[in-house]
Amino acid sequence: MELAAAKMIGAGLACIALVGAGIGIGNVFGSYLSGALRNPGAAATQTTNLLLGFALCEATGLFGLVIALIILFT
Amino acid sequence: MEQFELKPIVPLHVFGYDVSFTNQSLLMVIVVAAICLFLPIAMSRRRLVPSRAQSMAEVSYEFVANMINSAAGEDGLAFFPFIFTIFMFVLFSNFLGLVPWSFTVTSQIAVTFALAAVVITTVVVTGFTKHGIGFLRLFVPKAPLLLLFLLVPIEIISFLTRPISLSVRLFANMLAGHTMLQVFAGFVVALGGAGGILSALSIAPMFLIVAIMALELLVAFLQAYVFAILTCIYLNEALHLHDHH
Repeated sequence: MELAAAKMIGAGLACIALVGAGIGIGNVFGSYLSGALRNPGAAATQTTNLLLGFALCEATGLFGLVIALIILFT
Repeated sequence: MEQFELKPIVPLHVFGYDVSFTNQSLLMVIVVAAICLFLPIAMSRRRLVPSRAQSMAEVSYEFVANMINSAAGEDGLAFFPFIFTIFMFVLFSNFLGLVPWSFTVTSQIAVTFALAAVVITTVVVTGFTKHGIGFLRLFVPKAPLLLLFLLVPIEIISFLTRPISLSVRLFANMLAGHTMLQVFAGFVVALGGAGGILSALSIAPMFLIVAIMALELLVAFLQAYVFAILTCIYLNEALHLHDHH
């Protein structure tokens, strides 16, 4: 019973990873916007880097989800 | 959760291994068949001013070709068939997975890890055939000697975690998206069954599901794109090591 409870708490704690992912994604898009407003001409050329940065950031948050799943189902 | 469960359609056991034809195998067959039918049919009546189907095929071809050209340079185009296959497979399985009562092939870590393993194997084989043992220079960036003691292990670890991050990114995105849709669908059912004013309120999560569905369509495309462009970037490193193309 205590093990089950500890697993639930651990899975919940693993979701703290989302804090970093949120900050990161906000930073990616915020920096892109401020850069794009200063130099709109270069904005279109940087969408690849924008999406790449977004995906890399998001992945770190999702690793937390994977750890939560591992804790819950093993 | 029920939507991620494998259900055998044709049970099959070979030498004690379970190799049943499951709903996942069925969806993979459908995905491959859809791609193999889409391209020839779309290009069957070629015109100078393309029809809608023809321009879809042309756009997907040019999209991948431009992506390889910008990320891996001219000699990366030799890998066009490989990257186009991976991109179309991931894209179609992500989109077909969003159809209700179907099955998301890419929400299984076994599938995404197999894809990532193929990609990394290609990168390593390409690197060694092009540069021989000099491919190992990939792990030695241009830096002062003292820093190299720190940087070389970091480079090696970052190379070794690539197959894991490549596969887990796709798998976790698909899993999280579909789980989120199911959670919100649960809200609708629970509120609708509550009766009175609460039943009327169940329209609110309903609209949220529509919005999340739009987000999931974006994510489905974005993840296929990210998978393909990361493949290009890894190939670029194998082809050119640290030099710019």
